[in-house]
Amino acid sequence: MTAPDQPTRRRLRAKARRVWALIRKEWRQMVRDPSSIAIGVVLPVILILLYGYGLSLDVKNVKVAVVLESPSPQATELAAGFQLSPYFEPRFFNSMPPAQELLLQRNVDGIVRIRSDFARHQSIGDAQLQIVVNGTDANRARIIQGYAQGAVAQWGARLGAQGAGVSAGPVVVQNRLWFNEANDSHYFLVPGLIVLVMTLIGAFLTAMVMAREWERGTFEALFVTPVRSDEILLGKTIPYFVQGMVGLGLCLLAGKFLFHVPFRGSMWLLGASSMLYLVVALAIGLLISSLTRSQFVASQITLLVTFLPAVMLSGFLFDLRSMPAAVRLITYLLPARYYVALLQTLFLAGDVWGVVVPNLLVLGGMAAALLFLARLSTTKKLA
Amino acid sequence: MTDSQPDAAVLGRQIRKTFHRDTGEIVHALDGVSLEARPGTITALVGPDGAGKTTLIRMAAGLMRADEGELRVLGIDVAAHPQRVQSRIGYMPQRFGLYEDLTTQENLDLYADLHGITAAQRQERYPRLMEMTALGPFVDRLAGRLSGGMKQKLGLACTLVRWPELLLLDEPTVGVDPLSRRELWEIIEQLVHGQGLTVLLSTSYLDEAQRCGNVIVLHQGKVLARGGPQEVSALAQGRAFLAEPGAGQKARGLQARLLDDPNVIDAVPQGGLVRLVKKNGAQDPRQAGEDALAGLILTPAEPIFEDGFMVLLRRAVGEQGIGGSMTLDRPVVADASEMVVTVRDLTRLFGSFAAVDHVSFDVHRGEIFGLLGPNGAGKTTTFRMLCGLLAATGGMLQVAGVDLRHARASARQRIGYVAQKFSLYGQLSVVENLDFFASAYGLRGGRKRRRIDWALEQFELGALRRLPSGQLPGGFKQRLAMAAALLHEPETLFLDEPTSGADPLARREFWRRITALAEQGVTVIITTHFMEEAEYCDHVAVMDAGRILAQGTPAEIRRRAQPQAGREPTMEDAFVAIVEQARGAASADVKAGGAA
Amino acid sequence: MFEALLRILALTRKELLATLKDPRSRVSLLLPPIIQCLIFGYAATYDLSDVPYAVLDQDRSPASHELLARLDGSGVFHRVANLDRAQDLPTYINQRRALLVIQVGQDFQRRLQLGQAAPLQVIADGRNSNTASVAASYIAAVVEAFNADWNLAHNQAGPSIRVVGRSWYNPNLETRWAMIPSLVGTLTMLQTLLLTAMSVAREREQGTFDQLLVTPFRPVEIMIGKTLPSMLIGEIQATNVLLVAQLWFRIPFAGSFVTLYAGLSLFLLAAVGIGLFLSAIAATMQQAMLFSFVVMMPCMLLSGLTTPISSMPKALQDATLANPLRYAIEIAQRVYLEGAGLGRLFPDLWPMAIIAVVTLSAAAWMFRHRLQ
Repeated sequence: MTAPDQPTRRRLRAKARRVWALIRKEWRQMVRDPSSIAIGVVLPVILILLYGYGLSLDVKNVKVAVVLESPSPQATELAAGFQLSPYFEPRFFNSMPPAQELLLQRNVDGIVRIRSDFARHQSIGDAQLQIVVNGTDANRARIIQGYAQGAVAQWGARLGAQGAGVSAGPVVVQNRLWFNEANDSHYFLVPGLIVLVMTLIGAFLTAMVMAREWERGTFEALFVTPVRSDEILLGKTIPYFVQGMVGLGLCLLAGKFLFHVPFRGSMWLLGASSMLYLVVALAIGLLISSLTRSQFVASQITLLVTFLPAVMLSGFLFDLRSMPAAVRLITYLLPARYYVALLQTLFLAGDVWGVVVPNLLVLGGMAAALLFLARLSTTKKLA
Repeated sequence: MTDSQPDAAVLGRQIRKTFHRDTGEIVHALDGVSLEARPGTITALVGPDGAGKTTLIRMAAGLMRADEGELRVLGIDVAAHPQRVQSRIGYMPQRFGLYEDLTTQENLDLYADLHGITAAQRQERYPRLMEMTALGPFVDRLAGRLSGGMKQKLGLACTLVRWPELLLLDEPTVGVDPLSRRELWEIIEQLVHGQGLTVLLSTSYLDEAQRCGNVIVLHQGKVLARGGPQEVSALAQGRAFLAEPGAGQKARGLQARLLDDPNVIDAVPQGGLVRLVKKNGAQDPRQAGEDALAGLILTPAEPIFEDGFMVLLRRAVGEQGIGGSMTLDRPVVADASEMVVTVRDLTRLFGSFAAVDHVSFDVHRGEIFGLLGPNGAGKTTTFRMLCGLLAATGGMLQVAGVDLRHARASARQRIGYVAQKFSLYGQLSVVENLDFFASAYGLRGGRKRRRIDWALEQFELGALRRLPSGQLPGGFKQRLAMAAALLHEPETLFLDEPTSGADPLARREFWRRITALAEQGVTVIITTHFMEEAEYCDHVAVMDAGRILAQGTPAEIRRRAQPQAGREPTMEDAFVAIVEQARGAASADVKAGGAA
Repeated sequence: MFEALLRILALTRKELLATLKDPRSRVSLLLPPIIQCLIFGYAATYDLSDVPYAVLDQDRSPASHELLARLDGSGVFHRVANLDRAQDLPTYINQRRALLVIQVGQDFQRRLQLGQAAPLQVIADGRNSNTASVAASYIAAVVEAFNADWNLAHNQAGPSIRVVGRSWYNPNLETRWAMIPSLVGTLTMLQTLLLTAMSVAREREQGTFDQLLVTPFRPVEIMIGKTLPSMLIGEIQATNVLLVAQLWFRIPFAGSFVTLYAGLSLFLLAAVGIGLFLSAIAATMQQAMLFSFVVMMPCMLLSGLTTPISSMPKALQDATLANPLRYAIEIAQRVYLEGAGLGRLFPDLWPMAIIAVVTLSAAAWMFRHRLQ
């Protein structure tokens, strides 16, 4: 190891000065442009609040119409079971037509029909309970059906406990949800939220500001200065990298203090994987904008290749394994997929090296390849 | 290495570059151009639109590669080592992309930082740059809120934060007023003579070319001539004359007739006379038959650069004359006593800043009224108020008897407006634009078709009718904008700096049209930076800092100029004198007020 | 009046020409909705088709084999490992090799034969608790069928009640059936909003807006001339999505196209209103674009597209009332799947009309205000 000679050191210092000048310029533009603030600050905060407080896949207080066609004691008891369940908000009817009308008008989400011959059939062990749901919201409908079965099972258990001759059934499923005992959808929405915010700032905002320079012709004069291409890239990446990390910090704070999502992994692993993902996102943004050189086209492409996939194809909301093979193959190309896996594991499971190492490696490889491409595509040439 | 003192700062041999348009056309931007810029001199590239000036300068800046040929800048092969060149030169693109959300000072600092200018150097240079550009009061203003000309000056200041070995300037003075242009040239000349700087610039102001040591005349990618400006001027030796219009005839009327004469290469109004250049070997004008030269008394004049340039250009374009004569379908019934525009005490405040400050003037029907003034004088603001685009803070204004801002929409039927920058739909073709504006003005059916045909014919746009208007060459964009504004046969035409950045040929054509329109009763109100263009006007008002400083006929205005040694004072001399006098008085007032 | 109509027509024609003339912008307007529709159709489903699971069978009895065989035969579950020791269990979940681990206790078969409740432990990976819940409900269904058959075969007094599910309009409860009709609204809103906001901002940035204002156009006419083309393009995009839904995904269309397009038009009017309002605020194209995204994002999240509105807290449920997308999704789903008529959709129609009126008049006011 020898100390760098004098000219090299002077060159490096000049380089650092130029990068710093570009960063300062970028920072001033960021602070003054309301639209940068809108994307970089307002939108993440809106997302955090909406995701934290508003969005939930948990189905509670389902409005159902319970149709009790003949009030036998058993039937009444069963109907009462729905009233006891925390999941249901029943309204009682004694015939189908009014209940159906309510379902049609979407004033209830389902109908529980206890037929008039319920008592008679039950005595011969062949009673039926009909559940009618509106399938236009398929996921909700299925969950309602599941809850209804649960309510019936509990009713059976109560009867069994009273020795009324109805057994609890041979096989009883005992469900345990690891990492999320309370079955709280915040637990997986908050990590997903981080992916969205990082993608938004990293890829979307960067693509826009880079394309803006091409569009407004600000690069032409900048090119004919001692500034090198890599310095322009650094001047663009560093401010948005910092902003992305601030966004991450905001999400983490909100996750911990507002929504009480547990964090079981180690902080430095989270930091490392977030930085890697941010670099990947930044490089994608830079690449797209140098290829398109137009804000509108860049925003459309960025939306299509980074943001929407981060929502739909990352495994944050929808299960990747259930997608058709062709779509699943696409997901392997998406950095968000690996980041979601890392986040979900680090948040809820802990430092599971079997998950962390491969995903980090893939992200690292992507970061290197994309940075290289971004560097190649940013040449100080017009047209 | 090759960095030892080269013979030429820029040396190019047989440079070729072709572009492919979207329409499949192939454009030869540079077709075997060789050039040389000697150290310590100013070399100017002059030529009409599409001559290849910008392409050449961009190549020298290392932003583009030539298809063929060799280009060495400061002795370095620029195609092979663009960065080494870029680190040593200063470059100002035609459209200097300022960061609009940074202030004037921050833009300047950014470029100073990037060029590694030390604090001591900044202390020396900033005050001078501020003085030159008159941007001193605006250092804290966001660049996006500067007027067009001020932006241009700031771009120049950003380029000049560093005094490099070679300065490349691509049309540095487009849209810059005469005062600032003078200051800018003083700085450039001082840098060249004092510091041995080399400058390569392109310009469409031919009086600027006259100040350069070396001139290269380009036309459609080919070099027409090179050498000292006097060599170009010499081409018109013995062929330049001054002619006096007959009694009751306007100089611009005579000029228009002269331009139609096949024996005349060029004619422009100048100081109430017409300057003309005759064709070589033509018959003696005094013996000519019924042509325009007949009966004129011609006084021989010393040829200037522009004369020689026009000789070259007319030779290159062949026999076709300068177009632009035009006839209206329906001449406006002219009653010269009728007042078309009346403005009294018009004021517009932006915050506490008075952009327009108690301005009053009248325009009569069929007149050409010119509004002159430096950048930021309030010309465009006045225009926008006249057209109803901006509300006045105070005062009264009437256009064709109404205030357009409050009048019914149909009142706007009577005016046409051509904005400062091209503002038609770039994606739409020439015909589609015309069709849209015709419909917007309520034309339809046969009349619409006739008017569009008229516009295509009068403005010679027929061949380009299918081209997206955004891809038109500069001069044609300007024609199209004017055609669109004339479709509905307005009585009054507003033109905001229509000739800014246009080449001399295009400007002559433009003014022929304006003259023809005025002759047929159309009232024309125009702003311009080219002071010689004020000669075409019937009345002129000189504005600065929101106020009208002088009003009158061009002859009256000219009289206010300081006497010049060895030549008649020009419009520009008068303008500079008027503005400087007013500014001097204003600062004296401030001092007096401060003392009181 | 007639003059004004002609002017509006000219502006509409010009807008359409400017938008659709350039092949690149034509592609960027028409292709993304179709691609997104395809991707969403395949990806955006809560239905599971492949659940990897591991088994810790401590009983190894015919009964446990029978139950597991049913799981394997369901077409959804596939067994990735047979575990021998309980210690191996966490690895499979932690490292995401299995979504579930099923644990069969030692005395499983014995308890069954005695008529006692035989517990079946299901441990699920809760990192995505929704997926886990859906998988658990699949298991419940398999177990229920097993129970019924076991009771029949062993003649034991089983659970006396069978729950019979019936689902209207979507017999197999496929998420896709619900998702794709709602994309008709979602995908068109994004582009319509953006297109409108950008078109005014572009005119302003390029100076053509001034040129328009010096012509006899009245501000109202300009607004109408900007509204119609955006709506038309929105309708075209919606049609494309509908075509994909019917020709590619083969989701049966139950309602009437007239009803659907009537609702859509009202929705697009509201979306254009928001776009115009944004363009009145924005100074540049960039701002118009970014503001559109900032507005669009909450609209999508609060539309009920991915998470049910009824699961939101009260305040947010109220906020969704101002979201035109919410109504559009409801209308699209109900017309498409339920075949609902205009009368039944009335509760969804009038709020959109109000949104359209409010945003359009706000935009008109802002336009006049900005021109001052």
